Amino acid sequence: MSASVSVLLPPLAAGQVGDSALLERLPLMARDLLTAGLSEPWRWLANSLITIGAVIVIFASLFALLTLVERKVLGRVQNRPGPNRTGWGGILQPLADGIKMLTKEDIVPRSADRLLHFLAPVTLLALSVITFAVIPYGRHLVPVELDAAVLYFFAAGAATELAIFMAGWSSHNKYSLLAAMRALAQLISYELPLLLAFVPVIMLAGSLSTTAIVAAQGGWLWNFIPQWHVLTPPGFAGFVIFMVAALAESNRSPFDLPEAESELIAGHLTEYSGFKYALFFMAEYFGMCALSGMAVTLFLGGWQAPLPVLEFVPSYLWFAAKLLLVLLGFIWIRATFPRLRIDQLTRLAWKFLVPLALINLGTAAFWSLTHDWAGPMQLVRWGGVSLAPSSDVRRPRPGHQRGIAPRTYRYA
Amino acid sequence: MLGSGLIQGLAVTAKNFVKSFHDPARLVTVEYPEQKTKLPENYRNFPFLVYDGDQAIDGLRCVACKICEAECPPQCIYIIPDRDEKGRPTKKPKVFDLDISVCMSCQICVEVCPFDAIKMDQHFEIATAERFNALLLHREDLAKSDAYFHTLHPTEAAQVDAVLAEAKRRTEAKARPAAPAAVPATPTAPAAPAAKPPEPPPPAV
Amino acid sequence: MGPHHPSTHGVFRMMVTLDGETVVKLKPVFGYLHRNHEKIGENTTYLASMPYTDRLDYFCSMTNNWAYALAVEQLAGLPVPERAEYLRVILAELTRLLNHTCLAGFLLQDTGASGTPLMYAFREREKILDLFESLSGSRMMCNYQRFGGCRIDATPEWLAAARQLVNGYNAFLDEYEELITGNEILMARTQNVGVLSPALAVNAGITGPMLRASGVDYDLRKVDGYGYYPRFEFRIPLGDHGDTYDRYMVRMLEMRESIGILRQALDRIPEGPVMDPKAKIRGFKPKPGEHYGRIEGPKGEIGFYLISDGTANPYRYRVRPPSLINLTILEDLCLGHTLADAVIILGSIDIVLGEVDR
Repeated sequence: MSASVSVLLPPLAAGQVGDSALLERLPLMARDLLTAGLSEPWRWLANSLITIGAVIVIFASLFALLTLVERKVLGRVQNRPGPNRTGWGGILQPLADGIKMLTKEDIVPRSADRLLHFLAPVTLLALSVITFAVIPYGRHLVPVELDAAVLYFFAAGAATELAIFMAGWSSHNKYSLLAAMRALAQLISYELPLLLAFVPVIMLAGSLSTTAIVAAQGGWLWNFIPQWHVLTPPGFAGFVIFMVAALAESNRSPFDLPEAESELIAGHLTEYSGFKYALFFMAEYFGMCALSGMAVTLFLGGWQAPLPVLEFVPSYLWFAAKLLLVLLGFIWIRATFPRLRIDQLTRLAWKFLVPLALINLGTAAFWSLTHDWAGPMQLVRWGGVSLAPSSDVRRPRPGHQRGIAPRTYRYA
Repeated sequence: MLGSGLIQGLAVTAKNFVKSFHDPARLVTVEYPEQKTKLPENYRNFPFLVYDGDQAIDGLRCVACKICEAECPPQCIYIIPDRDEKGRPTKKPKVFDLDISVCMSCQICVEVCPFDAIKMDQHFEIATAERFNALLLHREDLAKSDAYFHTLHPTEAAQVDAVLAEAKRRTEAKARPAAPAAVPATPTAPAAPAAKPPEPPPPAV
Repeated sequence: MGPHHPSTHGVFRMMVTLDGETVVKLKPVFGYLHRNHEKIGENTTYLASMPYTDRLDYFCSMTNNWAYALAVEQLAGLPVPERAEYLRVILAELTRLLNHTCLAGFLLQDTGASGTPLMYAFREREKILDLFESLSGSRMMCNYQRFGGCRIDATPEWLAAARQLVNGYNAFLDEYEELITGNEILMARTQNVGVLSPALAVNAGITGPMLRASGVDYDLRKVDGYGYYPRFEFRIPLGDHGDTYDRYMVRMLEMRESIGILRQALDRIPEGPVMDPKAKIRGFKPKPGEHYGRIEGPKGEIGFYLISDGTANPYRYRVRPPSLINLTILEDLCLGHTLADAVIILGSIDIVLGEVDR
C-alpha cells in the first residue's frame, strides 16, 4: 500500500459559515500546531504518527465505552441495571475489566503451537486497526486518501478471519478447531454478499474512494430529504444486506457461531486468557466499529448532516452520532435473537443474500440509468425497483423453508 | 411475512429497554447490601436454641432428649446430656453442637422437638473465613432468647406460648393432687426413642 | 462435551463423535452428581427423606414432596384434608409454571439468545419462588408436604398474592411468546430437529411434556386422577411432530392450562385444617407392605416405590426420575443432527442432574 497521508488541507468550500469551518478544521489545526517546528520529512512522519495515535486512542476509548454501553443496554433490555458497582453508575467498569485482564495469568496450553497462539491475537488486532485508515471521519478528516479505499477496506477486513483460524488451530482444542472451521465457512459465505451489497453504491457514486462516495451523498432533495444512499431503493436493499453480512463478518449475534457460548464454550477463545483474551475482545469490537463506520460512509451519508439547518455541528460529530446509532443497532439485535446453525447460516448467505444482492445490482443499474425519468415514468421507476427484490424473497427455497412455519396445536 | 417474528421480537426488547427506566416491574433488581427485601415470617435458616429468662445456658428449654439428633436427616446435631455429681441426668445439654456446614435447614428438628426448644433462625449472613470451627456452633452460639424468637416468628411464637401455657396449667393441675415432688410433665413424645440411637461420630474439627 | 460445559445443565457428560459438525455417535455419561439418594432413604426415617426429595429436581421440590407424600400416604392409608389437597394442586401447578418458564429460558439460552429470554423467565420465576418462600420458608428446598397434609397453612394474604401472580402470568406469557415464539430463527433452529416418534417415546417410557409433544395423550393428572385433579377442568395440549419446537410449544400451552387450574383452585379452596389430626410426626411406622405412588411432575411421571417392613425406615426406597428416563433416548434424537442441535435437543428434554444422578 503506497498511501500518502493527506497533510494538504483542501481549500474552504464556498458559502461555508466561518465558525463551522473553524470547528471542522480544529483537529487538523491542532495537529499542525504541534508539528509546526519540524522540517518537511520529519513533519510528514510526525503528522502520520499523530493521526495513527489519534485513531487508535479514539477507537480504544470507544471500545471501552462500547463494552460498558453494551452491558448496560443488555442489562436494561433484560430488566436489570447492568454493571453499576465501579465508579459512578459503573462508569469505571471498563477500567476495572482492563486491570483484571492485565493482571490475569497468561496460560498457554502445553500442546498448543506457542508461536501461532501468540501471533493470532496480535495479527487480528493489527488487521482490525488498519481498516480504520480509509474511513472519512469528517469533512477534512481522512487518515489515508485512497482511490480504491473500499477495496482496501474489505481486503484488510477479510484477513481477520485468518487470525481467528490461527487462534483456533494453534490452541489444540476441539472446540477451538470447530470454531475455526466455522469462522472460515462464515467468512467465505458472507464476504460475497458483503461485497455485492455495496456495489450499487459504487455504481451510484461512480467511485471507489470513500471521500467521493460521501461527497456524492451531499445535498438535500427539497431542502429536507438527504440524498443518502440508504434512501434510494437499491441503496436501502444494499444497506440491509450489508448489515446482515456485517453482523456475520464481525461474529456478532445472531451469527456468533465461532464463539457460540452454549455450544463451543468460547470457540476460538477457549484457550486464551488474560491480555490475549482482551486483545481478541478489542479486535472484535474494532472490527465491528470499522464495519459500522463503513456502513455509515457507504449508506448513511458519512459525515453529512441530516438537515441543512444542522450543518453548524461539525461533521465528525455527525459521523460519531451515526456510528453510535449503528452500534446500538448491533447491541439491540444481540439482545433479541437466538443464534443460527452453521448450515442455516451458509444457506442464508448463498441461497438468499447472494441472489438478493445480484438482483439488487440489476436494480441499481436500472435506477442509475433512469435517473432522468420524470412524471408518470417516475412511478414506473419506483415500482420496478421496489418489486424486484420480492422475486428473491418469495422464491421457494427447497430445503430451507421445509415445514418452517408457525403451528397450531390440538388438545386431547 | 419472512422476518415479521424478528421485528416483533425487536419491538419487545425495545419496549423492555424503555420501560426499565420508569416501570419498577421492569427493573426488579434488589441491590443487596444496600437494599434488603423483608424476609417472610416463615423464612427459615439454621436452627437455634430458645432460652427463657436471662440466663442463656441455664434457661435453655432443651432437655437433651436427643430426639432431634436422631431425626436430623444429615445428622448434624451432636448432644451430650449433662449429669450432676451423682451421675443423674440434669435434663440439660452438656454439649449441643450443630454443624451448619452440614445442616440443610430442613426444619425437621423443629417439628420433632416436643419441648419447643429448637427453632429456626433467619440470620443468613454467616460467611466466614474459617471453614471448620467457625461453622461448628456450640450451645453458647446457639442459645438465643425467647424474645428474639418472638420477633422472628410472631405467629408461631404465639402458638408455642399457648401450648407451653397449656402444658404448664396441666402440670400444675396434676401437681396439686399429687406429691409436690412430681417430675415436671411435658407433652412428651410417645415415640421418644427408648433405646438410645447409636452415637454419631463427633463432627470433624 | 462436558462435564464442564455451559450447556449440559449441570455435570453431565456426552461423549460425542462428530463427522464435521454432524453427530454420528453420542453416549451420555451420568453419575457425576450421584449421592446415594436411595440408600440414604433406606437408612433414615420416612420423614427424614422428605427434605432429600427437594434435592432431586431442585426446580420442582413441591411436586417431588407431593409424590413422596402421596406414596407414603397410600402405603400407610392416611387421609388428607380437603384444604391440603387444594393447596397441593395450587403448589404443583405453580411448580409447573416455574419449571416450564425456566425451561423456556434455558432452551433459548442454549439457542444463543444472549440471556434476554432467560432473564424474563427468571424475573417471573422469582415471583413464584417468593411465594414458595413466604409459604414454606425456603425458596427452592421447600420441604413442605407432610404425610397426611401440609406443614403450614396458607394465610389469606398468601392466597391473594398467589391470585395476583396467576392473574398477571398470562400477560408475561403473551410478551414472551411475542418476543420469541414467532421468531423465524427459533423456528428454523427447532422445527424438525430431534424428532421423537410416538412409538419410540412409548417404548422408551418417556413421560411428561416430551411424550405429549410426540402426540401421545398420556397425562397422569387425567389417567390416575390423583389428588383433586378430576375436579378441575383443563385440556392436554398435544404436538404432532415430536420435534424440539413441539416440546417447547407444548410446555408453553401447558402453562396456560395450569393458569386455568390455578384460577379454579384459588376460587374454590375451602377452609379447614391442613394436617390430618391423626397423622404422627414422630415415630411414624407404616404397616408392612409395598406401594408405588406417582404423580405428573412438570418433567414427567415422578414416582416413589416404597417397601415397608414395619419399622421407622423404609426397607426399599426407589425413585422413578422422569429426567433420567427421558434422557435415555438422547442418542436417538441427536444422530444425524449437528452439534448445535444436540445442545438444544438436550435443553428441550428438560433434565435436572440432581434427579438424573440422585
